[in-house]
Amino acid sequence: MAIDFQNYKTLIIPQGGNLRDIKAYEKQGGYKALKTVFDARESAWTRENVINEVKTAGLRGRGGAGFNTGLKWSFMPKPDGGKRYLAANGDESEPGTFKDRVIFEFNPHLFIEGAIIGAYSIQADAVYVYIRGEYRSWIRFMEQAVADAYKAGYLGKNILGSGINIDMYVHSGAGAYICGEESSLMESLEGKRGYPRVKPPFPAQRGLWGRPTTINNIESLANVPLILNMGAAKYAEMGAKTHPGPVLYGISGHVNRPGVYEFPTGMLITDLIYNVAGGIRNGKKLKALVPGGSSTPILRADQIEGVSMDADSLRTAGSMMGTAGMSILDEDTDMVDFLYRISHFYHHESCGQCTPCREGTGWLEKILKKIKNGDGEMRDLDLLLDLTTQMEGRTVCALADAAAWPVRHTITRFRDEFEARCRKSVFAIA
Amino acid sequence: MQINKIMSYTFDKEDLKQIDAIKAKYPTVQSATMPVLWYAQDKFGHVNAEVQHLVATTLDIPESHVHGVATFYTQYYKKEMGKYVLDVCTCFSCQVCGGYDMLHYIEDKLGIKAGETTPDGKFSIQEAECLGACGYAPMLQVTNDVYVNHLTKEKIDSMIDGLKEDKLPEYEEILPPQLISKD
Ligand SMILES: Cc1cc2nc3c(=O)[nH]c(=O)nc-3n(C[C@H](O)[C@H](O)[C@H](O)COP(=O)(O)O)c2cc1C
Ligand code: SF4
Ligand code: FES
Repeated sequence: MAIDFQNYKTLIIPQGGNLRDIKAYEKQGGYKALKTVFDARESAWTRENVINEVKTAGLRGRGGAGFNTGLKWSFMPKPDGGKRYLAANGDESEPGTFKDRVIFEFNPHLFIEGAIIGAYSIQADAVYVYIRGEYRSWIRFMEQAVADAYKAGYLGKNILGSGINIDMYVHSGAGAYICGEESSLMESLEGKRGYPRVKPPFPAQRGLWGRPTTINNIESLANVPLILNMGAAKYAEMGAKTHPGPVLYGISGHVNRPGVYEFPTGMLITDLIYNVAGGIRNGKKLKALVPGGSSTPILRADQIEGVSMDADSLRTAGSMMGTAGMSILDEDTDMVDFLYRISHFYHHESCGQCTPCREGTGWLEKILKKIKNGDGEMRDLDLLLDLTTQMEGRTVCALADAAAWPVRHTITRFRDEFEARCRKSVFAIA
Repeated sequence: MQINKIMSYTFDKEDLKQIDAIKAKYPTVQSATMPVLWYAQDKFGHVNAEVQHLVATTLDIPESHVHGVATFYTQYYKKEMGKYVLDVCTCFSCQVCGGYDMLHYIEDKLGIKAGETTPDGKFSIQEAECLGACGYAPMLQVTNDVYVNHLTKEKIDSMIDGLKEDKLPEYEEILPPQLISKD
């Protein structure tokens, strides 16, 4: 069923202006879900019930992997009297992604409310909000919002007279993409270099400071009050069946009206490009689209007909939803240059712990640079494809895969353009 | 010649109070490493070896640890930088929207390359990875702080003129298109 997006009323991007002011947020029904939950915490809204509600709503994480949020919460072990943590992931460093900052700037309390409900559900004592260091302006917004929430009694000791204590702290990153990976994020919060951890143990068993921890993306947590306010059943009906709810689509590249737009999942890619973002700039034709951040496989214009923005449809089309940060490329885009720049990024950001990633990302960049400069040979293309196979699934974290996918798919999907830049490897003998 | 060179690196009483407040946010002292490095960088402009030493002794943690952290994260300046550091994004979406043109324009204008500092110590240029402003490309960030979006040559000219007089660009609020009323 097509989505009536023209008449869609946004829920995350606030209606009626900026809601950074806590009073404005409360006036629009803000913190109602939290009050409802805390009032009925011994009857309707026990911790288990909240977790089940989020689980049945079908909310899938908006940080990239698309895992069911309620299910993740249910992995937390039984309390043993020690500390437990919720880490909110606002690292937002995957190229093409610029949506969590809209929440920090225009509706921070929606996230804070969701995080408090999440912390209550998993019995966390504190929420650490990890925000990339470059977002200094947005860190200021968040610090103010957190201070206001403390002042209003939604955070701190004995929240709303419930006897429940939850603290919230904002932590600034300092320029490392890898810290968005959940175990690297925890290392960083512990004051170390952001080297991802070997799993298992999983964060729910041994997370921050060795204690049970859940990591959720900012936008994922911002969905929680929406679920409780409208009910899981209604939420589950929004957008794509297996991947429901509202999504912030970050649209960038060669479109007339780039920006962050909120619509349900399952939007047709063509609707987003042509009807929402105003079509391709300067009357050019669409060449390709990267649907969910730089690691998600690129799709050619002829591959997007009828494809919608949700996990199933994108998988069938040969890509992934990722962060829904869509980069749109027009017919003049040089795919060799484009891919080279992506590979430069992943090489720059590899933490260097695993050989296939450290060396592999370096070789990808080096070979692509050679091709870009006109010194490549045809056999380099197969070498690149071979390298991607050797990198995937052999490392501590998924950065190596994230680096390999764009190379594999851009070369296979635009092979002619790469070949046109390469010299022949084999010459006929006269 | 460096201007405003700080001869000695010390934290005063007020600084130590702030650092105690930072430490209180975490269950271990080690966790304060990053925010205290930020605090030091805001105060001294960089976190060179001497500042790293100061952070380590103040927190009473190994200097090698502080050094390891400072060198892992790109936003910490391990050496003195220009007074204004221009981080020009050339990644991905900025690349295809003219990011390199903007970078080269700034390089020509200031007469230095990315990674360098002007002789008067006023400006440094760096090529940045995605800064999370892809829809507002091309863009740059000034000294780890304010973003300047939708760059044009004219906009760069007036920004640099302003910075020469120590006038920082103002924060640009960019409304999501759905928040802009249609009438
Ligand atoms: C290399 C790498 C970078 C990542 N960067 C981010 C990020 O910036 N923000 C984010 O929310 N998740 C990021 N993730 C995913 C996180 O590891 C984690 O799955 C996510 O934060 C969980 O939240 P969610 O279930 O709500 O999506 C990254 C993963 C990898 C492998
Ligand atoms: S895959 Fe790459 S980024 Fe991830 S832990 Fe290994 S070296 Fe580090
Ligand atoms: S690519 Fe430049 S801000 Fe994202």
